[in-house]
Amino acid sequence: MDREQWGSRWGFVLAAVGSAIGLGNIWRFPYVAYKNGGGAFLIPYIFALLTTGLSFVALEFVIGKKYRGSAPLSYFRINRHMEFVGWWQFAISFVIMTYYAVILGWALSYIGFSSTLAWGKNTKDFLFNSYLNVLPNASVSNFGGVVWRALIPLLVVWLVTLAISFRGVKKGIEKVSKIAIPALVSLFLIFVIRAVTLPGSSLGLNAFFQPQWNQFLNPEIWKAAYSQIFYSLSLAMGIMITYSSYLPEKTDTTNNAFIAAFSNSGFELLAGFGIFAALGFMATNSGVAVKDLAAGGIGLAFVVLPQIINQLPFPQFFGVVFFVCLLIAGITSLISLVEVCVSAAIEKFGWSRHRSVMIIGGLATLVSVAYTTRGGMYLLDVVDNFVNGFGVLPSAVFEIVLILWAFHQMKPLMEEANRYSQIRLGNYFKISLGLITPVMLVVILISSLITNITTVYGGYPSNFVGLFGWGMVILMLVFAVLIPHMPWKCNTSLTQKEEEK
Amino acid sequence: MSVSAIVMMIVAIGVIWGGLVVSVIHAVRHP
Repeated sequence: MDREQWGSRWGFVLAAVGSAIGLGNIWRFPYVAYKNGGGAFLIPYIFALLTTGLSFVALEFVIGKKYRGSAPLSYFRINRHMEFVGWWQFAISFVIMTYYAVILGWALSYIGFSSTLAWGKNTKDFLFNSYLNVLPNASVSNFGGVVWRALIPLLVVWLVTLAISFRGVKKGIEKVSKIAIPALVSLFLIFVIRAVTLPGSSLGLNAFFQPQWNQFLNPEIWKAAYSQIFYSLSLAMGIMITYSSYLPEKTDTTNNAFIAAFSNSGFELLAGFGIFAALGFMATNSGVAVKDLAAGGIGLAFVVLPQIINQLPFPQFFGVVFFVCLLIAGITSLISLVEVCVSAAIEKFGWSRHRSVMIIGGLATLVSVAYTTRGGMYLLDVVDNFVNGFGVLPSAVFEIVLILWAFHQMKPLMEEANRYSQIRLGNYFKISLGLITPVMLVVILISSLITNITTVYGGYPSNFVGLFGWGMVILMLVFAVLIPHMPWKCNTSLTQKEEEK
Repeated sequence: MSVSAIVMMIVAIGVIWGGLVVSVIHAVRHP
């Protein structure tokens, strides 16, 4: 059977951009930048983008295009001993998609809540008690019952996502991305323009961009900048390899990588404008300092933003606009996570796309129900911390060290990329990817290891973190090591014609 | 906004959005 292919270059670029732009762009970047020196953070951030960001995306695009397979198959084709990295990335994508869908379910609910401003004045109490009914403490033995208000939107999110995956690469993912990304940018621009024209917005923007130069040489800032670039671009999860494996042969992967990486950062910067302008407005209105309002993650999206929306003119309209943006940004990323697993299962087990979507989607939906219990919020927090810290980071280190150093793929991959691109990959690419990136990744990984070994994450009970944090990482590792022992049901060698090239 | 904040804003916009514009123009000229 012929491998599916993107219908156009821009279809692929928009799908890759849709995958990269996710919840983290809106709720993580503005807060991370503010917390790490404001304007002074932007220098290491830009440095990280120009070194790791551009190079890593270019690497993953050219791997997918050259080896024409899902992440496990592409790695297998590089060297059979590398297959486990692909299954490690499969496991990461699967775990992330299970809780990512839950947050999108919340965003869907909040679109409905926006129409009546149902969250009232105490938005924190509304989220944790009225909506999610969160248990007072995390416990291994007590998760409380399923919260139906969270479960029903979750099922809707899964239904939509799996329906898109069901239709395939060209008719499903590409078609949706071509509509969703322009819609996301247009809607988000409405939110940002409104935010920056509010009274007091310059106070927030000043807090966001004001450089604290005494922080500039602090290693923590450089670590935060590299982490932000790395997580934000969905690297080392198999996504970019999977998407680029559907590219036609004569494709300029380097230029596409530049567009994807700059678009992702461009959107993050836009989010910084919108969020901090809105925070400045609220600080002026309520007489509270911006530093006391600034937050990131779930707290920003579902607690602070609703407070700001309450004070805007036409609050219902801007509430809907913001949460629709959150939902679109998340759905396009969720689709890409599903595709990593679906394409790998098609090739490894010989399943049809429909069967693969049903089995993987069904399993992921079942697992994600656990996060809709009253203790699900704690589970989500622990799983998110461990899958990012000990799933994605080791995956990236393995990917780079094995491909570039152990299996000497730097030269052939550069030649492949340069064959169809006017932007030549040379020494800059070699130094960025072969030296700076692995050094920074190892520093971040070791620092994360030390933090999580010396302290119990989040102050949760140690058996809770042990079981759902470390236990999950061990389970992923066992999965990644065992699956390569099963035979492939597809042809694992590239065709004669492709090998000659 | 302070002068240093404005300068940092211009630098970020210039590099990131400038980089995006140049990449897109390059893609349009070399389809």
